[in-house]
Amino acid sequence: MQRHPALRRTGSGRSRMARRGLVARSASTGEPVDTTIRLNQGERVRAVLNSSLVALALIVLVGVFGIASPYFLTSANLFRVVQQVAVVAVLAVGQAMVIITGGIDLSEAAVVPLAAVVAAMVMNSQHSVAAGVAAGVLTGAVVGTVNGLLVTRLKLPPFIATLATFSAADGSALLLTGGQPVFNIPPAFSSFGSGGVLGIPYMTLVALLLAILMQFVLTATPFGRHVYAVGSNPLAARLAGLRNERLLGSVYVISGLMSGIGGLLLTAYVSTAQPSEALNSELDAIAAVVIGGASLFGGEGTIWGAMLGALLLAVLNNGTDLLGISTYVQTVLLGVVVAGAVAVDNVRRRARY
Amino acid sequence: MVAQVAEDAPFVGDTVLSLRSVSKHFGGVTALDDVSMELQAARVTALVGDNGAGKSTLVKCIAGAHTPDSGTLEMEGHAVVLRHPSQARSMGIEAVFQELALADHLDVVANIFLGREVRRRFGPIALLDNRAMRARAKEIIDGFSINIPSLRANVRNLSGGQRQGVAIGRAVGWGTKLIIMDEPTAALGVRETARIEQLIRSLGDRGLAVLLISHNLEQVFNVSDVIYVLRRGRLVARRETGNCTPSEIVGLITGAKEADKRD
Ligand SMILES: Nc1ncnc2c1ncn2[C@@H]1O[C@H](COP(=O)(O)OP(=O)(O)O)[C@@H](O)[C@H]1O
Ligand SMILES: [Mg+2]
Repeated sequence: MQRHPALRRTGSGRSRMARRGLVARSASTGEPVDTTIRLNQGERVRAVLNSSLVALALIVLVGVFGIASPYFLTSANLFRVVQQVAVVAVLAVGQAMVIITGGIDLSEAAVVPLAAVVAAMVMNSQHSVAAGVAAGVLTGAVVGTVNGLLVTRLKLPPFIATLATFSAADGSALLLTGGQPVFNIPPAFSSFGSGGVLGIPYMTLVALLLAILMQFVLTATPFGRHVYAVGSNPLAARLAGLRNERLLGSVYVISGLMSGIGGLLLTAYVSTAQPSEALNSELDAIAAVVIGGASLFGGEGTIWGAMLGALLLAVLNNGTDLLGISTYVQTVLLGVVVAGAVAVDNVRRRARY
Repeated sequence: MVAQVAEDAPFVGDTVLSLRSVSKHFGGVTALDDVSMELQAARVTALVGDNGAGKSTLVKCIAGAHTPDSGTLEMEGHAVVLRHPSQARSMGIEAVFQELALADHLDVVANIFLGREVRRRFGPIALLDNRAMRARAKEIIDGFSINIPSLRANVRNLSGGQRQGVAIGRAVGWGTKLIIMDEPTAALGVRETARIEQLIRSLGDRGLAVLLISHNLEQVFNVSDVIYVLRRGRLVARRETGNCTPSEIVGLITGAKEADKRD
């Protein structure tokens, strides 16, 4: 099937209209019209448009904040922004995987503080950063496994299953610490949270690495393809011979692992492990994934879209902070952005048909 | 057992799959009641019956999507228990399900290869070999002259007939022993239907066992060698296609004509 270079370049709304016309014509005549290029184009245009709209919003925000606050574009502030986004970004990586399967992981926000206090307590008692890191990651994996079992074995809806583990993890963190923060984080560990290389925080590099890894897994491996398939149509996936339970179980474990890593990053960043520190931003990761073009019905979404979404939220937070806009207003803004992003995406979706 | 097995039945092929007294219940509903049938190589077997007769349930029992409550399946003489569709697939059984079972967000190639992706190994890591899959999918689609606009189109952008083409392409591309088609031409136009009927015949001619579920009696008489009639979960008749008439089959489907006696 040949490709027309001219067609490859058209990516505007106009080409979408043309494509719709073409499809309609082929349907009415019943002739086998070669719509290869147009259909491909359509899917790709939508994916790119979706991300590029978020990217555009990001650029506009950066421009606006850059003009409004002289401090915004300083390297110190940008360092802070990408540092602050790291935790949400790592959570969004796991959340994206779960959401692509048509599920949701509400427990992430409570696994972060639980993994944080477990890691800090182990670090302090064992005098070993490595043991603490392992304990934090393991905590995430355990909660993820429980989520997976609740969803696949007890057939609980993901919302309910992860709401339950959210509560259990939240309570466990408070029980373990008696509600008190854990101090005395080893300096070697907290310097990781504040340091960076070439102007990029270590935390951000960790998030970036995980994002690239998972995006690769999603697009280039059979497992990744199956994750999309089970989210797109679980019955079809099963009839195609896929092991749905195993697939779903593994995405919750991945999400748990990411939450554990998120807890570690947060602990390194603030040099303290607070039993309920992540709770103010519990929906940020979900918001990031959804802003990034994923559908809560499953089957679509990308890690890199979620990363853009996370960055958008971080920039919004930082910029409004600098401008002295109250956190109450910021929280309202978050709601507006999420609703707006999904509404825009819906309009675009409907326009395809 | 169905008593009236036509004595004049020409021997065509070995029995690929047989069902022995298969029953399946859903709560209080008896979807299949003591069903026995044989599917033979190089023959097209038609299964007809009213809506709700249990045809799709039978398909799913053969395809491993349901496990019968009682009764046995024998694949080439060996008793098998199918607990998952992957087991049926690995034995060379493929099905076009009535609900098509396609992943809408994936493209045509991904759907054809779902669950059996071609992999490139790099040590312990297996990656998708998209190029190989595209080439093979193109062969399948071209080989059966199925009309698909693009292998890389997402399945949700295809028409009903094209989606059906993908599901059929997948089944014929992989099936080596038995291909089941549950109402494969329900969404198709006249010309596409004719092409699929031709395809079904050619599958039989290539030596595969084919099980066709259809409401279209003309089609059944055009392509099948044997007809089984299912009524409210019970097999009421087996006829050689050449030795019966459409009106007889209609009578058996509706119950206007009495079921054959059973042992
Ligand atoms: N998964 C299921 N759960 C409950 N009942 C079912 C299920 N599948 C089929 N049935 C019931 O079994 C009977 C046979 O259905 P089906 O096999 O789909 O019939 P057909 O394909 O011949 O129209 C119907 O009464 C139907 O409602
Ligand atoms: Mg049916």
